[in-house]
Amino acid sequence: MNKWFKSGKPYIWLTAGAVSVSLIAVLGLLALIAWRGLSFFWPAAIHEVEVQANDGSTRVIIGEVYDREEVPISRLQESGVTLEGFEGEMLERKLFKVGNREFVPLDFMWVMQPQIIRDETPQDLAVLERSKDGNFYGYVVDVLENGESVANSENLREVLFERIERAVEFNEKASDLQQGPIGAINYELNQLRLEARALDLEGQLTEAEQQRLAAEEQALNEQYKVLEKELFAYREAASRDSVVMRDMRGVDVTIPMYRVLDATFPNDMGVLSKVGHFFVQIGKFVSEDPREANTEGGVFPAIFGTVFMVLLMSVIVTPFGVIAAVYLHEYAGKNAITRLIRIAVINLAGVPSIVYGVFGLGFFVYMVGGTLDQIFYPEALPSPTFGTPGVMWSAITLAILTLPVVIVSTEEGLSRIPSTLREGSLALGATKAETLWRIILPMASPAIMTGLILAVARAAGEVAPLMLVGVVKSAPMLPVDGNFPYFHLDRKFMHLGFHIYDVGFQSPNVEAARPLVYATSFLLVTVIVGLNLTAIGVRNHLREKYRSLEH
Amino acid sequence: MAASQRAELGASNVRLIKDKAARWGVTLGGGLVLMALLLIFFYLLYVVEPIFRGVEVEHQQSFAVPGQGQTVAMGMEEQSEIGYRFADNGELSFFALKQKPGTDWQPGQVLLTEQVADEPTAFAATQPQNKRYAYAVANGQARVIEPKFRSQFTNGRRLTTPVVGFANDGDLVQVDPQQRTLKQLAYEYDGESQLFAAVTADDKVIVNFLQASRSFLTGTVELQSKFAELPITGAVDNVKVTPDLSQVFVRQGNRFYVFGISRTGNVSERQILTIDRRRYGDITSMQLLAGASSVLFGHANGRVTQWFEVAGANGRQYEYIREFQAGTSAVTDIIAEYYRRTFYTVSANGEVGIFHTTSEANLYRENIDGIKADRVVIDPRANTLLMQSGDELHSFNLENEHPEVTWSGIWQEVWYEGYPEPQYVWQSTSGSDDFEPKFSLVPISFGTIKAAAYAMLFAVPIGLAAAVYTAYFMSPSVRKVVKPTVEIMEALPTVILGFLAGLWLAPLIEQYLPGIVATIILIPLAIIAFAAISTVLPKTWRNRFTDGRAALILLPIVAFVGWLSFELSPWVEQALFDGNVRQYITNELGITFDQRNSLVVGIAMGFAVIPTIFSIAEDAVFSVPKHLSNGSLALGATTWQTLTKVVLLTASPGIFSAVMMGLGRAVGETMIVLMATGNTPIMDWNIFEGMRTLSANIAVEMPESEVGSSHYRILFLAAFVLFIFTFAFNTVAELVRQRLREKYSSM
Repeated sequence: MNKWFKSGKPYIWLTAGAVSVSLIAVLGLLALIAWRGLSFFWPAAIHEVEVQANDGSTRVIIGEVYDREEVPISRLQESGVTLEGFEGEMLERKLFKVGNREFVPLDFMWVMQPQIIRDETPQDLAVLERSKDGNFYGYVVDVLENGESVANSENLREVLFERIERAVEFNEKASDLQQGPIGAINYELNQLRLEARALDLEGQLTEAEQQRLAAEEQALNEQYKVLEKELFAYREAASRDSVVMRDMRGVDVTIPMYRVLDATFPNDMGVLSKVGHFFVQIGKFVSEDPREANTEGGVFPAIFGTVFMVLLMSVIVTPFGVIAAVYLHEYAGKNAITRLIRIAVINLAGVPSIVYGVFGLGFFVYMVGGTLDQIFYPEALPSPTFGTPGVMWSAITLAILTLPVVIVSTEEGLSRIPSTLREGSLALGATKAETLWRIILPMASPAIMTGLILAVARAAGEVAPLMLVGVVKSAPMLPVDGNFPYFHLDRKFMHLGFHIYDVGFQSPNVEAARPLVYATSFLLVTVIVGLNLTAIGVRNHLREKYRSLEH
Repeated sequence: MAASQRAELGASNVRLIKDKAARWGVTLGGGLVLMALLLIFFYLLYVVEPIFRGVEVEHQQSFAVPGQGQTVAMGMEEQSEIGYRFADNGELSFFALKQKPGTDWQPGQVLLTEQVADEPTAFAATQPQNKRYAYAVANGQARVIEPKFRSQFTNGRRLTTPVVGFANDGDLVQVDPQQRTLKQLAYEYDGESQLFAAVTADDKVIVNFLQASRSFLTGTVELQSKFAELPITGAVDNVKVTPDLSQVFVRQGNRFYVFGISRTGNVSERQILTIDRRRYGDITSMQLLAGASSVLFGHANGRVTQWFEVAGANGRQYEYIREFQAGTSAVTDIIAEYYRRTFYTVSANGEVGIFHTTSEANLYRENIDGIKADRVVIDPRANTLLMQSGDELHSFNLENEHPEVTWSGIWQEVWYEGYPEPQYVWQSTSGSDDFEPKFSLVPISFGTIKAAAYAMLFAVPIGLAAAVYTAYFMSPSVRKVVKPTVEIMEALPTVILGFLAGLWLAPLIEQYLPGIVATIILIPLAIIAFAAISTVLPKTWRNRFTDGRAALILLPIVAFVGWLSFELSPWVEQALFDGNVRQYITNELGITFDQRNSLVVGIAMGFAVIPTIFSIAEDAVFSVPKHLSNGSLALGATTWQTLTKVVLLTASPGIFSAVMMGLGRAVGETMIVLMATGNTPIMDWNIFEGMRTLSANIAVEMPESEVGSSHYRILFLAAFVLFIFTFAFNTVAELVRQRLREKYSSM
């Protein structure tokens, strides 16, 4: 045995074990996120359970099984829970999500397994997705139109779905109106106010100008009144119907239809319809706006913000990164300056991202932005335009942060291009710049692409600096809209990574929001791992290509 | 012919110019990278630098003292446009301090003067932020005056006019019911109630507490007088009352009496302190610091000592804390600033000193412009200093933005007000104005080191072992898959790792703590056991368990042992720890246990660092020239001997550089520590407690700090420290790597 240890074999196995641990960690982590994230969209069965308390009284709970765990009895006893007639050391308890937030004090309930005396999944149980107060669980009793019943027991579900669709349609029309034309009018009114202020500052606010501005304002206000009437009409139409639900207390509750977004009967679904529902839910998740302080609904503005910021960053980082790489590989001599620049590249890659955030906030936002405001936007002062965190500053800050990624990747691509190609081009009389532009850069473009993809992947996952230079919990407007000049680079934006931090750690109901955070994480991880795999693929392909060129 | 030649030449000229331009452009672009780094460095420095600047005093105006009599107090309004002066003849005069556009003010011009008290016998001023003054007049009565300023905006221009205001509707307050003449007076009010302390002509010290009670029916405030006489005999030098109306201080020479006043006005003796004459010198003046927790004594030998209450065996007692050298001659006057812990001294020889207590900063000590100062006063924003010298007044511009920060205050233990001993504390903000900011970077730097240390403890063994195995033993086909898989982890957003650590791992560790410990112990044991078993297996089997595939074979075993540890965890907990490990640790071992603790951070951040270490170390080991290891093996060494004696030694600089890079990443990581720790700035190596790191501290506090404030600049300093940390690690790692590359290429 001693000899065996001396041979070093066990240590080799231990190092192999370290690889296994790392692999399990990576794969386990990805699997955990995927499982938790995707199960969020899967329609869970709704249970109706009867619970008997120690004193013999019973009550009914309707909800999804959210979590389960084994607890030692002694710990329960310490916290004051007593169970009679139960033997053993461990006990299972289940966490039910019971929804109906406005009627119960807590929308999550722990139930001891031994106390459950009946557990069923009736097919008629429905879950209503609502725009306020979260899900509602219960039995559909009736559908009302202006307070009159319009359904019987046969066509109840059909009528319900039909009415939900109608209400949703009106709600959408109303919100389109609000975000479209009404938003535009508000924007224009604000622009008029700024114009007046600007003229005043320049001392050119003449009578004529004042009258023109007042007339324009008047016209806008009139348009607004028309639209407002239309909006109220839609709202009125949407609130015509309501649905009567019987909840777990056995009480009939009337819920106005304009609050209901969707109704499902998960216990009455086959596997196929569950799969269908699963994909519909994913679709909604990526395309809808968040609700209830980001803890419900979709993440569309966060996706949009992330993509927009990253695109903006790509536009900035690519030219600089490529030029720096070209310098280092094609022009730089073997001297101290070159070494210094290389150390600078390594350090730019190694400086903590929060330091970039601090630098971005101080230098770009307060110094550059503040100066821009004084020169170009004096009419809006003291409320800042560019002198406050925004999507442009975020993009620039992240561009510096990802610069080394592009440089390193591009340089690697340049070093793989055989020098015979350069020499051939130069020998035929091309200048160095021409060689570079016509021969080297086109050949290196896949490497540049790789660098860009990696930079995008890095930027999409970075949160710490963005918290200082432009990301917000909830942005009222997207940075791109239909109002001139269409791209509003001064606006703040939402970001998937920050969404995870904010919803997971800053929201009032963390328990209820957790599945959504997993889903968001899954989305972000999918995008980033996908981008990285693409980059690795492109790079491998490139290596193969040049290997054949060298011979 | 000649024309076409010229044309050709012209064309090539254009091409050459283009080539030159490209060269310059690209070189400039390359230089930009360096510039970016330098810009970050110098910008951070530029923001940080003002906190270490000294005080600058610049002369503004000089004019004759307005009004009659001797000055007893002076003051200024917020904008430093108007000053006022109380004279010993009971006259209050307001005067302009500078010329003001839109008015015909001249410096020193009297704007308003009023006789506010007749034949005053004594005078008292409240702490500066309360802005009230009191004259004692005949028959033991006093009148309280409040200089006020009204601002009006006309045509966008602000015009301030002074107004004489009186407290108590201008009525005289009967301080001494026995109507004795008051020789000295002290006065304070807390917004409603008022407290007078006075020395009578027969050297008795009296206290009169005017308690306010609001009538619920009429809403009027009624003052109820509560009178007491203090048990002190003999002449008294100073009487002071605190703005919270809870204490009265009396000084007789070097004897210092502290009396407590209860909310109902009852007086009790709290402490009698004899200040050692030989040790500290004779006391010549006394003042309360902003916040009124500290008493400052000026001494005849030019020293100023600070004393505040410290909890001890006999309750809270005033104790000597620190001293300042304000000059060589006696300190005649001490002036406290409105909100900060900065104070000003005037010495007998006319020297003015500026000091900050918390940071122990000696900011300024000079005869300003060679003028002998008799009396100075500071404005509420602490940027104008008004000085009386004989019959002249001089106003000065004062630049003293960040007195609370000194290098020693940031990195050394500081004795903060109310603390039992000097400590390292980070507490940057609070709800109240009286708050003493505590800017010690030590606890958060400690937190950074602690977080990084636990992460490295976890990441270095796994990362290096995995790198060695992957580079040296693994078969190439497996390596092609394994390496990118581990490296993909580096791309995982840290916000996701942090979220999982905080919301998934932390509760899991809390619930299955024995399982975690068991995993750490059992997995290596299981691996060795499996290795031992594999040696006795039949040869056909053994051949399949080659070294090249061991990692894959071990996958199910590691997973199984991990699962088993967690399954067994509740039973172990039941058997050994009475079913509740957490309670056992807290109660039996006396160790604090936080759910989000260093163990969680260590594991989560360890995972973030493993790929960095793995990737660089693997490259280093893999690129060790093959002829070295082949030679060693040919000479009869085993693979393990070759690895430890040849390969690892050769690759050691690369491994070092990997660890440095990993450390750099762990030090700067923000989101994981932000989400997986409690973010409490404590100094304790306890693995079950959290920490606050430099980076998380910046992320938490930066959005709320006021631009340009000391707090803002200190956060920049924290960023600068991080920058320097990581710069050092990365540069060393990169230099080592460059040298290694040269070494390999020569082999």
